[in-house]
Formats: sequence, structure tokens, C-alpha cells
Amino acid sequence: MNAPEARAMGAAGDRVLLSGNHAVAWGARLSRPKVIPVYPITPQTPILELLTDFHAAGELEAEMLTPESEHSVMAACIPASLAGVRVFTATASQGLMLMHELLHYASGARAPIVMANVNRTVASPWAFWPDQTDSIAQRDTGWIQFYCESAQESLDTVIQAFRVAESVLLPAMINIDAFYVSHSLEPVQVPAQDLVDRYLPRYAPEHVLDTGRGESWGNVVSQDMYYRHRQAIGAAMGRAVDAAEKADREWQALTGRGYGLIERYRCEDADLVLVTMGSMCGTAREAVDELREAGQAAGLLKLRLFRPLPQALLREALAGVRDVLVLDRNYSPGVGGALHQELCASLYGMPAAPRIHGYLAGVGGVNVSPQKIVEFAARARSGEPAGEPVWVR
Amino acid sequence: MKLREFAFSENEMLCSGHAACPGCIDALSARHVLAALGPDTMAVVPPSCMAIIAGAQPLSSMRIPVYQPTLESSAAAASGLRRALDASGRRGTQVVVLAGDGGTYDIGFQCLSSAAERNEDMLYVCFDNEGYMNTGAQKSSSTPHYARTGSTPAGKRTRKKNLIEIMAAHEIPYAATATAGYLPDLVRKVEKAKSMRGMRLLTLLVPCLDGWGVPEDQGIHVARLAVQSGVFPLYEVEDGARYTLNDPPKSLPVGDYLRTQRRYQHLDDAQIQDLQREIDAGWARLQQRARA
Repeated sequence: MNAPEARAMGAAGDRVLLSGNHAVAWGARLSRPKVIPVYPITPQTPILELLTDFHAAGELEAEMLTPESEHSVMAACIPASLAGVRVFTATASQGLMLMHELLHYASGARAPIVMANVNRTVASPWAFWPDQTDSIAQRDTGWIQFYCESAQESLDTVIQAFRVAESVLLPAMINIDAFYVSHSLEPVQVPAQDLVDRYLPRYAPEHVLDTGRGESWGNVVSQDMYYRHRQAIGAAMGRAVDAAEKADREWQALTGRGYGLIERYRCEDADLVLVTMGSMCGTAREAVDELREAGQAAGLLKLRLFRPLPQALLREALAGVRDVLVLDRNYSPGVGGALHQELCASLYGMPAAPRIHGYLAGVGGVNVSPQKIVEFAARARSGEPAGEPVWVR
Repeated sequence: MKLREFAFSENEMLCSGHAACPGCIDALSARHVLAALGPDTMAVVPPSCMAIIAGAQPLSSMRIPVYQPTLESSAAAASGLRRALDASGRRGTQVVVLAGDGGTYDIGFQCLSSAAERNEDMLYVCFDNEGYMNTGAQKSSSTPHYARTGSTPAGKRTRKKNLIEIMAAHEIPYAATATAGYLPDLVRKVEKAKSMRGMRLLTLLVPCLDGWGVPEDQGIHVARLAVQSGVFPLYEVEDGARYTLNDPPKSLPVGDYLRTQRRYQHLDDAQIQDLQREIDAGWARLQQRARA
């Protein structure tokens, strides 16, 4: 479906068939951003095209900016946000890599930009498959990071992300897997504009670049000021856990749809829990159903909020579980899967801590079927966690 | 216009006590640019001497909001700021970039070209001191032929990039050169640019006392010699087509300019003649375009 067809599909308040990308564009439109700098890149481009289509049709009142690179996109986003308006953009893979320096700049500037990233393999060599290494590689940039499983969740999370970002003054990234989410068509409930307006108040920050005030941003600081600034970012990240929980709860109250920061699927009395993010969660759900039917006490923990990492929730959710099997669709050469490493760190020192198995599953976009996950579960149950990364497919 | 008419402008936007070197032409130029623009202005200042002059937090030498972007992103950042102001109904507020030549000719050139292509509504002022002077004088693509810098100890082997011609080729509404050596001309050009919309660019020649090897009371004199020798002609290009040459015209041999600066002391006669030929050819081309 192209952008004009997608735009013609329906209006806010309808249940329509949308791809993950078009759901993201609807989420952005309903959030009423005032400045949208954006640059095309596969597989994100349908987000750009639907937004520019909304704009051309007079349905999106925003300044659209199409600079020469993703680097300039993010460079434009930051001072636009500091001038006190809501800013949205979207990218993928190499584009996110090119933004890297400015991702740090954005969080340092406390600019609550919301950006969708379509998770795609990072070159070289060139490839266009689902792989989360692009956004995982940005985990130290001070951005809030969500990972979404479906088109509906993507739309809802864009709107929630503005609430969270603006309440703690940190930028937020919504990650959706290439093709599995970005290009798959699903029935999506598009919320009514007045519902979103009630949920998402007008952005009115305390500090803005304004000729009436004379406040500035970016001038050089002392060691002490820099130190305190990093601490303040840390405190904001800490508040973001509660803010994200509240944003999700209130969205659920309005729409009936909530996702949690983590979701526990059939985890009651489970002795093995799969942990993963993004589209892999849908596959893992099916594997859990198969395992349960076979009489095995297996469950799934879906991690939706990766930054800040809700460590207390993870420790509580995985207490008493014998085996935790992390499926990483990303790879950090020299260590292994990032989520595996973070889970090991988060659960370290727990009384009767689970055995944590880390499998590199789906790296490079290779297909991982429910049946394969059933096999991985059997393998994990029967052996000790390996010290080395485990490649499975 | 007489100098005294604006020497103590009521629009004093750059405060005293800033961190520029004694005798700095960068600070003097900024003072008059900002005074001409007035208080309804926001500045984008990338890493450069101007960022040091702007001052360290929590202080600022400028009486207007300043956003300091990364070195390579001034024109993109100014575009974002401009659009946010437009979206907020603040179309009258000027967005001005105060960048160095490294941030303009080199690392910031890609986004500058893109902003020019989009004809973003901003005034981009390049404070051109012909090198990375804030890091101790290394060459940029604005460093002139044969000039000695920290990274061209034997003299630069290639010529200075012609920014104004490149920007004129983008057919932006206004591109012009100016220098604090001729302040009435500089202020007139800022005021003219201020009255226009779209992408406007000024390149200000800023002799760097330390980087060029010039006594601290000679900056203005050297700037004037640059114009009088035709090294840095004063001219304007409107819509990429209409060229206007401003006074004074070329009247001195380049040697008069070169001998005032340490960075050229190693030149032999053949090199000086090379430079003279380059300047003569450039001047003839400009005259032709101004007549056309």
C-alpha cells in the first residue's frame, strides 16, 4: 500500500489496515508535532511518505524539513525542540548511525524529541534485514528506548513516548523491526484526535530559546557543572520508569490498550522464561503455547522498555525461575547479545538467581520459527549457561 | 555613513568583558553584526573563536539567545530553529549563524549547501580568519595559497576555496563579502541582508592576529590591505546573478599585503608572482561579472 492509499484508508477514530510504518506515521500525526525533519531510508521511508502526504493534504500542521542527511535531521530537531515545540522524526540503521553524535547532543540538551527507528542491519556489508544492533549501539546516548511488537503497539507507543519524553525532558526512540513490523499489515485502531488531545497536553517546557528570555544552550561548562548535568540526566532516566508506567496505564484507561514496561506471558509457575524484544515476542508467544501444550512450564517476558532498563521489574518478574533464555536479535562482537549481558548484570546477586542462557537468535534477520524456539528451550533446560555467545538458527 | 554614527550603537548586543584576544577583529566584527541585527535575533554559534567569545556557562557575552550546535551542523541547526519559530508565529525573529571558516568551508559545508538549496530563511555569517585559529592555527579549505599554518608548515600548496561563488551558484537571494576594515560597508550589508528573506550569506574577512602573525594594533590595517590589494574584494551577488563590486577597488600589489604577516614571510619572489597572477585573474573575472 502506498502513502496516498494509506491516507485514504481511513480517518482518526477508525479501525483500519495499516503497516507498522503507517501506524507510526498516524501516531506522529495524532501527536501534533510542529517540526518534522526527516530523511528517506529503507525500510523507514513509508513513514516519511505518509507524513509528507498528510502535510500536503493539509491534515498535518507542521513544518516539514527535508535536509541532505540524517545528521542534519537530528541537528535540526534539537534546537527546534529547545525553541519549545514538539518534534518528531524517523530513521533506520545507517541513518541512526550517522546521527550518533547528535543523539548524545539531544539528550544533553534535554530535548524531548520522539523518533521512530526501524531496526535494520548495519553495514558493512549492505543488508536490509531486521536486526536490532543499530539501536542497541545507541544505548549509552541518553535516549529512552521502546521496542514494539505490532503496528498497533507502534502507534500507541509513539503517543505514549511524547508523554514520557516531555515529562522527564529526555528524547525517546521507538524501535520497530524491519519488515516484520514495519511492513506487515494489521488491523489497527486509530484513536480519535480529541482522545489523543486529552491524553497529550500541549508541550510547554519551563526553559525555551526565546528572545524574550535570553536563555542559551551549549556554552562550555566546568567539570562540576558537567558532572551535575550527567547526574540530572540519570535522575530523569530514573523518573522515566515511573513516567512510562503511568503513561501506559492512563493510555489503557482511555483506549483499553496497555502494554506494560514488561509483559509476562504465561509466566505463572514457569521454570523457563524466554526474554526478548520486538517482533521476536510474537514468535516466542507461539513457542510458549506449544511448550505449555506439551506440558512444560514455560513463559515469555517481553521487554518493551529497554532504556531506562526496568531492573527492579526484571528482578521481581524472574525471581524463582530456574532457567532464563534470552534471545538477542543483535550482536556485540567480543561479548555477545546485549540483552543477555544486561540481564546478567540486572539479576546478579539475586538470591537463587536464575541460570541465564544467552542465544544469538535472528542476527542478520535470519528467520527464527516458533519450532526453533521450542528447540532452543529444550537445549537451555538440559545444559549449563555457556560462557561464550551461542549462535542458533 | 561616518564611523561615529554606529561606534556606540544603542543596540549593544555584545557585552564587554568577553574572552576574545586583545585587538581581536572577530569580536569587533560580531559587535557590529549583532548591533545591526538588534535584539529580535537568535544566534547559532558552532565551536569556533566566536563560541569562546560567547562565554562559558552560566555567563554569555551576547544579549540574545545563543544555541551552540556541533561544529558541522550550524546551517541544519539554524534551519530547525527557524522552522520552530515559524511554527510558533515568530517569523520576524532573525536567525543568524555566527560561524568560523572551518565550520563553514569544511566540516559544515554539506548542511550549508542543503540549507541554501532549501532557501532557508537565515543570515549565515562566516567569520573567515582563514584557518582553524581556535585550535592554534591549522589550515582549512579557506587558507590561502602558500600561507603557512600549523598543518602546512611549508606553506599551503593549493588555493583558497571560493565560498561566495559556490553560494552564488546556489542562487541564494544574497551573498556578499565584507570586513571590519570597512565598517560602513559591513554594516550596510548586514542591514541589507536583514531586510531580505531566505538564505543570506556574508563572508567577513577577519585577520587573526595570532594565527596570521600580525601585531595586535594592526588587524584593521591588514584587513584594509586585503581589500586594496584585491586579495579579498568587496562585492555582492544577488540571486546568483547580479554582481556589484564595492569600493575600494584593487589598487596595490599583493606584496604590500603579504609583508604585513608572519604566515607569508617564507615566500620567494616566484611565489609572490604566482599570487599576483591569481589575484589579477580573479579581479578581472569579477569585473566582468559586475559589468554583465
